[in-house]
Amino acid sequence: MTRSDRSVRIFSYTILSVLIVVMIFPFLWMAFSSFKSTAEIYSQSYFPENPIIDNYQEIFNSSLFLRWLMNSAIIAIVTTISVLFFDSLVGFTLAKYQFPGKKIIFALIISTLMIPTEMLVIPWYIMSSRFGWLDSYWGIMFPGMMSAFGVFLMRQFMDSVPDDLLDAARIDGMSEFGIFVKITLPLVKPALATLAIFNFIGDWNAFLWPLIVSSTPKMYTLPVGLAYFSSENLMRWEMIMTGSTVSTIPLIIVFLIFQKQIVKGIALTGLKG
Amino acid sequence: MKLRQKKTMTAYLFLIVPLIFFIFVRFFPTIYAFWLSFTDWNIISPKMNFVGFDNFRALFADSVFMKALWNTFKYVLYGVPLVLVLSFAISLLLNNIRKGQAFYRLIYVMPYITPLVAVSWVWRWMYQRPPVGVINNLFSFVGIPTQRFLFSMDQALIAIVVTTVWVNLGYCIVIFLAGLQTIPKEYLEASKIDGANRWQVLTKITVPLLNPVILFLVVTQSILFLRIFTQVYNMTDQGSGGPLNSTKPLVLYIYQKAFLSFEMGSASSATVVLFGIILLITLLQFRLLKRRVQY
Repeated sequence: MTRSDRSVRIFSYTILSVLIVVMIFPFLWMAFSSFKSTAEIYSQSYFPENPIIDNYQEIFNSSLFLRWLMNSAIIAIVTTISVLFFDSLVGFTLAKYQFPGKKIIFALIISTLMIPTEMLVIPWYIMSSRFGWLDSYWGIMFPGMMSAFGVFLMRQFMDSVPDDLLDAARIDGMSEFGIFVKITLPLVKPALATLAIFNFIGDWNAFLWPLIVSSTPKMYTLPVGLAYFSSENLMRWEMIMTGSTVSTIPLIIVFLIFQKQIVKGIALTGLKG
Repeated sequence: MKLRQKKTMTAYLFLIVPLIFFIFVRFFPTIYAFWLSFTDWNIISPKMNFVGFDNFRALFADSVFMKALWNTFKYVLYGVPLVLVLSFAISLLLNNIRKGQAFYRLIYVMPYITPLVAVSWVWRWMYQRPPVGVINNLFSFVGIPTQRFLFSMDQALIAIVVTTVWVNLGYCIVIFLAGLQTIPKEYLEASKIDGANRWQVLTKITVPLLNPVILFLVVTQSILFLRIFTQVYNMTDQGSGGPLNSTKPLVLYIYQKAFLSFEMGSASSATVVLFGIILLITLLQFRLLKRRVQY
């Protein structure tokens, strides 16, 4: 190693460490502030001098935060399971069967990737109001029950499953659906994990459509609830920060558990559109 | 022959529910949005009249729409170069180090997976006036005068761009790093032997080889900034895109038109405009990719 290499490295570490502070400060600031009293918020302290948990008690007792947490969890889990099942089934069918119309169907599904959600929310809203889906779990969930991107991803991965394996199972008398569930799915677990994580994060953070389709506070998801709660408690920054911390913690946990898959997933596919 | 028929049957059996979904939740709504954009429908009136391009003409004559359109371009024009240059610089630095690379990268990615609504409120708070606004407190500590940030017509949009860049940085860094790591070491070593300095290596080898990656990020980030909504809704007073529409992007305009004043026809026209812009950028990407990728 040359001298200049070493100085480049020291330079890199220094800059990166300074920037890390900028990246992490808002998180710490949010978390610290949630333990401060109203008086302390206005006193310019950084670290909470007399940490209190009153804000958390207040938020869980006198607002709908627990309900919103539950709503978000239900919606994110149900849609993620649906996406995993249907997207891998479609991916499997498109990768492993030869049948007339296959190319058209694939093109049809992939072409929907071009259409921004913002264009669809108006028709979805009209549809929901016709069918009585407004302000319901189903209303919030139905647009995300399958994803064209997931179909694309799963088809890629299903392609690499050897045909011989499937034929062997067929000779053993396994049903086609059985082959899909018992032989193919276990072989594409990494892809399923990636899809599950990103779908879960996307659903948990979704804002525009839940904001439009839900109208009573008890049907809000966490982000919509947080936006509503914050504008109701404007200037009570300690409460807003408590709410923000509550909505962020579940994702930080998911993130810390699945950090490797998340970073790999971004590099692999460039998700979240 | 029989087996083949059976397989076709199975395939369609597997596809029937997803096909219904994609047709009724993606395809028809798209066509319906186009159709609505040529009507004068609002949710209250029972009648839906075909009005041709009237909505589009009205939109382009509406100063608020033009303002929103211009704001949207501003988000792209400020945001995309900023996030790309910063993330490229950081990934070059990250590529220089071994120890701790994964840790640093992890921290940079964290904002990207955090709920945007929470991020918006945290930043909105940080941008406040003293004594609660931490950025202004920091400024006064180093002698910079108090800034109005989100309350200022000149600064609010940029303040929102900065927050968004903070969010998207990690995503771009991961993509850049993955790209950097595909560059063969021999290229860099050979150029060094030939006497190229660091700057020459960067501009003559690294950047050209990363062209497809840069292009990909320019397009995806542009689309992201074109669709900006959540941050603006949560960081401006009552989600209005204020002060005085100075931060209002296209999607917020659409949201207000459709769901506050229920002018579904004209709101749909605005979504068609947004779709047109996104389509244009995507097509441009394909054109450029075809030309540029071969090295």
